[in-house]
Amino acid sequence: MLPHIVALVFLLLAGLSQAAELDDINLLADQGKTTQALERLNSYLQTQPKDAKALFLKGVLLAETEKRDEAIKVFTDLTEKYPHLPAPYNNLAVLYAYQGNYDKAKSALEAAIRTHPSYATAHENLGDIYARMASEAYGRALQLDNSNARAKSKLALIKDLLPAPGQALNNPPTLAASTTPAAPAASKVETRPASKPVENNKPQEASKSADLSKPSEAKPAETANAKLAEATPASKDIAKDTAKPKVSETAVANAAPSASEQAVRDAVSHWSQAWASQNVEQYLACYAKEFKTPGGESRSNWESTRRDRVSKPARIEVTLSNVQVQLENEHQAKVRFTQFYHAGSMSQRTSKQLIMVQHQGRWLIQQELANR
Amino acid sequence: MRKPVFKFLATALLCSCLLPWNATAEKPGIMSASLPAFSANQAERLLVQGLLEINDGKLRDALNTIDQLLAAVPNFRLAHLVRGDLLMAFAQQSPIQDDKSRAARADFQDEARVRIERHLEQLHEDRIPDVLWRMAPDQRYAVVVDTAKSRLYVYQNRDNLPHYLVDYYITMGKNGSDKFSEGDKRTPLGVYVAGQKLERKLPDFYGEAAYPLSYPNALDRKQGKKGHGIWLHGTPSDMYSRPPKASDGCVVIANPDLKSLAGVLQGGTTPFIISNNLTWITTKEAQQRNQALQAALEQWRQDWEKQDTEHYLAHYADDFFSTDSDLSRWSQDKRRIQASKPNVKISLSNISMFRYPSSPAPMVQVSFDQDYKSDVLASRMKKQQYWVWDNRRWKIMYEGPA
Repeated sequence: MLPHIVALVFLLLAGLSQAAELDDINLLADQGKTTQALERLNSYLQTQPKDAKALFLKGVLLAETEKRDEAIKVFTDLTEKYPHLPAPYNNLAVLYAYQGNYDKAKSALEAAIRTHPSYATAHENLGDIYARMASEAYGRALQLDNSNARAKSKLALIKDLLPAPGQALNNPPTLAASTTPAAPAASKVETRPASKPVENNKPQEASKSADLSKPSEAKPAETANAKLAEATPASKDIAKDTAKPKVSETAVANAAPSASEQAVRDAVSHWSQAWASQNVEQYLACYAKEFKTPGGESRSNWESTRRDRVSKPARIEVTLSNVQVQLENEHQAKVRFTQFYHAGSMSQRTSKQLIMVQHQGRWLIQQELANR
Repeated sequence: MRKPVFKFLATALLCSCLLPWNATAEKPGIMSASLPAFSANQAERLLVQGLLEINDGKLRDALNTIDQLLAAVPNFRLAHLVRGDLLMAFAQQSPIQDDKSRAARADFQDEARVRIERHLEQLHEDRIPDVLWRMAPDQRYAVVVDTAKSRLYVYQNRDNLPHYLVDYYITMGKNGSDKFSEGDKRTPLGVYVAGQKLERKLPDFYGEAAYPLSYPNALDRKQGKKGHGIWLHGTPSDMYSRPPKASDGCVVIANPDLKSLAGVLQGGTTPFIISNNLTWITTKEAQQRNQALQAALEQWRQDWEKQDTEHYLAHYADDFFSTDSDLSRWSQDKRRIQASKPNVKISLSNISMFRYPSSPAPMVQVSFDQDYKSDVLASRMKKQQYWVWDNRRWKIMYEGPA
């Protein structure tokens, strides 16, 4: 349903504890405990009434529970308070479209596109709205009774307030041209004027990165949170920066993959497919015996967590883009890519690195690092 | 990157499927220039503007124009279709062209074509249709329909010369014109009169009003033409207009246009001429053309007044007919009545001359008020004659009360 996932999280004034509370709420939402999530979100908003991210989440949850009028109120409010953010306009448009109010939907999407002229989701949705309006127009012109059956395609509700760097604002092909190993998340942090001494960030980052290396769906966002909570001066700047992915046009494309590189690519794609098809055995078999579990937990503990996580969702989507292979030697390779993950109401975009080792002709995962 | 795609769609899809005309659209201001203040044609003007904008690749402007049009005229189906095609272009999809909608789309294309052709051609404002040879002083208006162009023109009588007032898009019979038989779904060709507005409550299908046309007239009946109930009427409330060929023979016009004709049709005697090959002449040419006929008419009057029966009868064609009479019976009667050469005074007034459309030999319907005074009788009547160009002179083919 949601083609573009955004893991970047934006907190305007929130401290870490609030961030943690919001993460908990997010988790509840991910687990489908929407009512609970909404309850806690409401009390959270009583203390943080201006928290755009919390408001946005509330809007998404209301929309998902079909409380569309309330959701429209929330998103309208957001567009008024933060007119430079495209996502609330987009979601407003989707809700208007559900009500058949295509003119309003169109205006909202045009507003979203005004804030970010290359906002892919809004463009796609706008195309859809046009098709639906056309369908209505044909219905009136030709007096067709089934005209509404036509052109009822997807309309994407954005789940995260801000588009990730270089993402959602462009189509994947453009992204694939991105070359800098400095993955978007990293580059984003660098561009931010650090308001705290670097040392302060370090321990936190270190402690988090243990967590993060776990191939957990929810975690990577947290690092981003933490970093941004420290460093974000204004959401506007994020939006602006993120709209301009650091892209070099030449890039990966011209390097013809060697046989080994191709084998590595195949292994990575096999891994992501096993994950997406929720084939737990195949998925676990992609990891080497000496796989460094995140946080150093036992292999069996890690495996049981993963079994749970991979098998539980009704449906998982995993898409990798911008896959770059760096062969260290014929037995070791580093693979960097951008991972799009979607399951239930959970959508995420993560920059990942896999350390791959070759055992008897098979490339296996030795280490999995997120957001590096 | 988006723009060129739109442009491509505009030319490839919209023009090919909806706009089958070869307009170069290099006539800025033609619409504003050619439409008089009287016009209620704003809807058509906006539609044409939108189509021309599409032709120019200005799809945004076109959509704005069409939206503006539909805000004013929400039941204009052709405009909805144009809007649908435009929106599909914005959605970067092809306009729908399925089997179900093909026939309807073809109808809309026809409507779009005739409407835009009207606006791309030079209007003959200084010319009149070659049917309005002479308007009578008591005829304030005349209506002329050109079925070939799906158009109805209104002329006003100013100092006995017809002046163009306005013209509207119309719908005619499904099977075209030249009605002959009952139920042939054709619109008659000829010179008729639009009668008084029907006062009885009519189904929504007939729109705002209906004016019965005088089909079949004397000539139609003589020619064996059948059918009845040919009206000028409006459109159903959910349709601004109908396709060019859609009626059962009636002339159908948009309700706002029909309303604007109320004054024109008020008298119930407005000439209503339906042609399928309208040609255009200057008023001077019209006067030249009717000169010989005027002279013939005057000669006929004099011969009758003088009771010069043989000269009088020489004005009648061999195939002359009247209500219940032919030439021999007519001659018999006249010779009998006029044998005593009574003293009569005959004067004609309110003479009108309308050339009959689609007639192989030139034929003119002449109407007038006839004042007849003799020692025993004084009568005033409206009379109608059909004069034909027969063997190098005008002759009367029909005569009867109007």
